[in-house]
Amino acid sequence: MALFDRLLLFLVSEAFLFYVFSGTAVASALCVVLQRNPMHSAFALIVTFCSLSAVYGLLGAPFIAALQIIVYAGAIMVLFLFVLMLLNVKREEPSGGRALKTAAILLGALFALQVVGTLAGFGLSPAANYDSSTQSFARLLFGTRFLYVFEATSILILAALVGAVVVAKKDL
Amino acid sequence: MTIPLLHALYLSAALFTIGMVGVFLRRNVITILMCIELMLNAVNLAFIAFSRASGSLDGQILVFFVMTVAAAEAAVGLAVVIALQRHRDSLDLDAFNLLKW
Repeated sequence: MALFDRLLLFLVSEAFLFYVFSGTAVASALCVVLQRNPMHSAFALIVTFCSLSAVYGLLGAPFIAALQIIVYAGAIMVLFLFVLMLLNVKREEPSGGRALKTAAILLGALFALQVVGTLAGFGLSPAANYDSSTQSFARLLFGTRFLYVFEATSILILAALVGAVVVAKKDL
Repeated sequence: MTIPLLHALYLSAALFTIGMVGVFLRRNVITILMCIELMLNAVNLAFIAFSRASGSLDGQILVFFVMTVAAAEAAVGLAVVIALQRHRDSLDLDAFNLLKW
């Protein structure tokens, strides 16, 4: 019984869930890159975003986790799927030589090695008191430091909205 | 058992690398845009891990702004994709060589 309880505690422990969702995120990210059909890539990307949302929640960012689902898995991916279906995108033809693929994978491996080598020297530990409730997030966001930046993003969104309509319109 | 923050950074590095290799490997414009979204998410994850380590919420605020810019970028990028498809009748990156001479 004690063993069963310990197993159950382990299965709901933060660290275990973190590794499960990390694995899902990496596997579905690989699916995004390796699929030939863009539609399949888009659905794999939704899985990546959802598991990343769980990771954000586990790292103590509940508001960002909710935003991740609403903005990324919701709005942005719907936009992607809308365009994919509108343009009737076909399977990608295999192109580019073996040399290009090898170079890409080599560059990626080199980059990963460099980043991991830099990170390995970091001694990171969670801060003792971390108040990440939505209330304190909102207090900071609408405080004097970020209020004008927040208002500036509304102009950015408006510009993107108008720009998207103008660019995608058939005849101006 | 708490989450080792270094492993979150490793996950971020892995996702960023996968997105980067995807940008190099794929030839479809929409797939490349999706890979860029993946890289943006990897950076967001690093911000959140650093925010957790420093105990300040500034990292989360930055993630909020990155998400806003990503939404704007996706909207404009996909509009450009629609325009490209209309003018070139192709989504292959190799077909867009107007600036080449």
